[in-house]
Amino acid sequence: MTKLVTAVIQPHRLDDVKSALEAAGVRGLTVSEASGYGRQRGHTEVYRGAEYTVDLVPKVKIDVLVADEDALGVTEVVIKAAQTGKIGDGKVWVVPVEDVARVRTGEHGDDAL
Amino acid sequence: MDFTLDSGNTAWMLISAVIVLMMTVPALAFFYGGMVRGKSVLNMLMMNFIAAGTVGLVWVLYGYSMTFGGHTTGFGQFVDSPFEYFGLVGLTDDKSLLAATGVPALVVVAFQATFAVITVALISGAIADRIKFGTWIAFTVIWVTAVYFPMAHMVWGGGFLGIGGKVSEWLSTPIDFAGGTVVHINAGAAGLALAILLGRRKGWPTSPIRPHNLPYVMLGAALLWVGWFGFNAGSEGAADATAGRAWINTFVATCVAMITWLLTEKIRDGHATSLGAASGVVAGLVAITPAAAAVDSFGAIAIGAIAGVACALAVGLKYKFGFDDALDVVGVHLVGGITGTVLIGFLATNKQGAWYPDGAQSGLFYGGGVTQLLSQIVVAAFAVVFSFVMTYIIGLILKAITGLRVSEEDEVSGIDLAVHGETAYETLDGSRVLTEVN
Repeated sequence: MTKLVTAVIQPHRLDDVKSALEAAGVRGLTVSEASGYGRQRGHTEVYRGAEYTVDLVPKVKIDVLVADEDALGVTEVVIKAAQTGKIGDGKVWVVPVEDVARVRTGEHGDDAL
Repeated sequence: MDFTLDSGNTAWMLISAVIVLMMTVPALAFFYGGMVRGKSVLNMLMMNFIAAGTVGLVWVLYGYSMTFGGHTTGFGQFVDSPFEYFGLVGLTDDKSLLAATGVPALVVVAFQATFAVITVALISGAIADRIKFGTWIAFTVIWVTAVYFPMAHMVWGGGFLGIGGKVSEWLSTPIDFAGGTVVHINAGAAGLALAILLGRRKGWPTSPIRPHNLPYVMLGAALLWVGWFGFNAGSEGAADATAGRAWINTFVATCVAMITWLLTEKIRDGHATSLGAASGVVAGLVAITPAAAAVDSFGAIAIGAIAGVACALAVGLKYKFGFDDALDVVGVHLVGGITGTVLIGFLATNKQGAWYPDGAQSGLFYGGGVTQLLSQIVVAAFAVVFSFVMTYIIGLILKAITGLRVSEEDEVSGIDLAVHGETAYETLDGSRVLTEVN
């Protein structure tokens, strides 16, 4: 079985998370720019005296496919590398993946990771 | 009178004409373009470019003639004949048409063309994101014909607001060195009228509309600053000491206005912003324009300081009164133009290399009485009322004939795509649309 570990983190933690995952043996990941908010809500910006509340703040989303038994470890690696202790650090979650295939070779399951 | 060509003066006026054109394309286009949303930046650039196109054409055909045709009596108090120099025919044959500074009339035509262009282009900032493009094109031609040419003629072309005009006889000659009334109050009041007629953009002011590219705004403001030396120092019409005084005043007033705008918003909002710096620069440039040669260094510093604060506060008026002047043409150009024009009444002098026209007097703080102040208030008030009323009427007519606004659907999905069939930025995943919901 395969698991999908998804993390939404502060953009400035991306480099550290990437290095930590690489050190932990993760060989591939997908990063996308995302917008959203959690408990921190957004922030305000002032243009010519007019205050604008920006609800959706920039985040980075990382998707990693891992073998079942590595899911917890990878989650911990992400938490450790992304954590600043301040509100807005993000979330990590794990979901089961029914199947995964490598496009180049057609391999399925954990062989495709 | 027989004048001889002065190649030094002529060269300076040709250079000034070129850099004042730069103030519209690209400077103002990008100053405004950066302030609108990414989905309407092309429309903003296009409104500025097409204004240069249409105004440039009518200026050569009949605009110069309507402004500087040489008639000063009767109806010539208000506007000149479009047929005197239609197509600029006859301007080259007559030696007497060389200005007293030895600059050929055709070079004056070139320099003044760029003023007409930018005055019309300035208005576009008030009505960003929502006007029909065809309506805007028609407006540029009608407005420059019915409002700009008469106003420029009244102040600079021998009309009743200029040297030897009726106001000069009643009080003293109003001082508008480079266009505080003709350009800035004129465009600002027109922007207010059109913004009221067009109505608010969907979502304004409850959902925020943020500038999409502040580096464009900074770049545009910086190019405006450079070009403005042609505008103000070029308005002397010669390369001489008065042009130097105008240059210095333009420079220092702008420096100070940027500082006082930033101080105002730092105290009020907590941050000194790039948009504030760019806006302060333009506010200072606007306010010093009518006074450019008519004050000394301290006068210029005072005008810059007051304009920076006044305009930084004035950009909040649209929220108070509920008119959607999108890019603050009122707050910066109308208020800045009035500030500079009226302050001349206190600060005008002809000492320290400063100069004012025949029939004008020193300001209240410089040994003159209140006469010049009254004269300045008269010309400023006239410009506000004339431009606002005329623009409102033109807007009503266009509204009845062509309609003013694009559909709500086009406005929301982006006027660039709807009107021009283009988008400014590549979007693969639609993320730009998401961020612009903000």
